[in-house]
Amino acid sequence: MAELNIAQALNAALSSALEDDRVVLLGEDVGTTGGVFRVTDGLLQKYGPDRVIDTPVAESGIVGAAFGMAVGGMRPIAEMQFMGFSYPAFDQIINHVARIRNRSQGRFTAPLVIRIPYGAGIGAAEHHSESAEAIYVQAPGVKVVVPATPYDAKGMLLAALDDPDPVIFLEPIRLYRSIKQEVPDEAYRVPLGVAAHLRQGRDVSLIGYGSMMREVNAAADILAAEGVSVDVIDLRSLVPFDAEMVIDSAQRTGRVVVVQEAPRSAGFAAEVVAQVQEKALYSLNAPVERVTGYDIVVPLRRAEKHFVPSVARVVAAARRTLEP
Amino acid sequence: MSPEPRQILAPDGTRHGESSLEIPAIRRLYQAMLSARVFDRKASAMQRQGRLATYSPFEGQEACQIGSAAALSPQDWVVGSYRDGGAMWLHGYTWRNLLLGRTGDERGGRTPDGVRVLPPSITVGGHMIHAVGLGWGERLQGSDGVALTLFGDGATSEGDFHEAMNFAAVFETPTVFFCQNNGWAISMPTERQTRSETIAHKAVAYGMEGVRVDGNDLLAVYEAATAAVAKARRGDGPTLIEAITFRVGPHTTADDPGRYRSEGIVAEWRERDPLERVRRYLVAQDAWDEAWQREIEEAESRAIEDIVADAEALPAFTPREIFDGMYAEPTAQLREQRAEAERG
Ligand SMILES: Cc1ncc(C[n+]2csc(CCOP(=O)(O)OP(=O)(O)O)c2C)c(N)n1
Repeated sequence: MAELNIAQALNAALSSALEDDRVVLLGEDVGTTGGVFRVTDGLLQKYGPDRVIDTPVAESGIVGAAFGMAVGGMRPIAEMQFMGFSYPAFDQIINHVARIRNRSQGRFTAPLVIRIPYGAGIGAAEHHSESAEAIYVQAPGVKVVVPATPYDAKGMLLAALDDPDPVIFLEPIRLYRSIKQEVPDEAYRVPLGVAAHLRQGRDVSLIGYGSMMREVNAAADILAAEGVSVDVIDLRSLVPFDAEMVIDSAQRTGRVVVVQEAPRSAGFAAEVVAQVQEKALYSLNAPVERVTGYDIVVPLRRAEKHFVPSVARVVAAARRTLEP
Repeated sequence: MSPEPRQILAPDGTRHGESSLEIPAIRRLYQAMLSARVFDRKASAMQRQGRLATYSPFEGQEACQIGSAAALSPQDWVVGSYRDGGAMWLHGYTWRNLLLGRTGDERGGRTPDGVRVLPPSITVGGHMIHAVGLGWGERLQGSDGVALTLFGDGATSEGDFHEAMNFAAVFETPTVFFCQNNGWAISMPTERQTRSETIAHKAVAYGMEGVRVDGNDLLAVYEAATAAVAKARRGDGPTLIEAITFRVGPHTTADDPGRYRSEGIVAEWRERDPLERVRRYLVAQDAWDEAWQREIEEAESRAIEDIVADAEALPAFTPREIFDGMYAEPTAQLREQRAEAERG
């Protein structure tokens, strides 16, 4: 066991994954510099340039080549430098990676992992702060997962690699170095599609994922200190989505707050709310609340804080559900 | 195509070729390069003090940026990247635009009225085709305006480069593609982007003229850009100029070049500094003196301090204002969200 942050836990997972000869990493600056977030640090030195591949600046090329490798029997891991730079690869992801299993009726599959750092909160330049997960959720055929802890980061990356289908693996940028946790040295898997039940409570359910888990957990602390019994769920995986755990929670508490960093309209929170309405409506004691980013471009550094949902907004939403 | 880049001024400042620029014009462009360098160094320094967000320095590329933009008329367009502040500024985008943007304030992106410069492209590759549409649109609207796009060697690897080059050639648009081959795309050297003997060679496959020029030679860059702009203006189509230069600083202030290149190569390129060679030339022509240089440096330095102080004094966007830039009229959803944001 070692105390690792998310970036280090991912590095450990990648290093262990590369023990399998079918695994290669492809991306911009992943080798010599170890990636802009140093997630792939040291792997080129350890596994060599045939396995840890610094590519030209060409996201469509990275994903398209990884697709070919995956179809032909390898297990590539493609890195997009930031979510805003995954868009040149859109056509490859949506029209090819996501569809090959269905198009070929199972004859061909593309079991690759596309790692994408995402989210705001570090005062970065334009296009470096997006949370566009819902776009990928809307591409049937890919799985979409979002770890929020070092333990999950390692276990879910290894599970993603084992998965027979392509997985978009989102990495919350502002959590990369902010949390440390004991992470086992050996390889282990955290199954995809199973949410994490972080706290058991009776009064209100707080549901979040990825970069927002820090705010969600902080809000839960504040509410708990006020005597509110809070149920907290980290979804971890958007496709597949563990609706069962959410519905069960909603049925127990009757009050639900869903938190996402992404813009509001048609975001993943809307899907969570819809499922709760469909399957737990008669258990609800209050309208379901959504706490989200707004339908705007993420503001630059000076005003970014107005965009990212704050702990106070989460707490306020929970209190609204608790009003008699 | 000659793979040897065209040069007029040697690194020691001796001239061995014709230039259409007279000494007063060269002095003006030297002054512009110097202003750009002061801006660039101050921006890096202010980033280190935490006053600016990440900055991408262009030191070493001043001849490319000033020499290319100097070939334009006000009716022409400039479409550059995050590293092209020098060219954008010469064409009328202001230091204030650039600095305000770097403090992390959207208002930096508002080009002054009448100035034909798009805000810097942060994504690599997507902007080149915009210069195709801009130039093409000029022609369709009966103007002889031209569009200049600046980009790096790494950008030529993106698929959009292909589409831009192909459109420009097929429709013979008045577009000048100006590639600053500065040796690196973050940690990757140019050899890792392409196996093409040169980037200029790529033009051939599109049926376009490709030109290679010493990007640290102001006079050579100016001549190449002037010829390409004149050709585009005449209706004779696009040109790809590959300017050989070097990014002497880090990729951005967040980058550590020690991880991928040696100091030795940086020192070699410092010997070929674009400002120093013009200075030497001007000295030999008796058209440079220390006091003039110092005056420019000090004035520019003060101006930049003032701009940043003003930018910092400007109140940041309120929760209400972050909604204002999105649509001509805010949607019903945005109005609702804006009210919510204002409540906090
Ligand atoms: C579409 C896209 N992919 C990746 C990036 C991240 N990135 C920023 S600059 C850069 C390298 C660009 O190199 P080059 O085009 O040679 O220009 P230079 O930075 O050397 O001026 C990369 C990969 C980006 N901004 N946009």
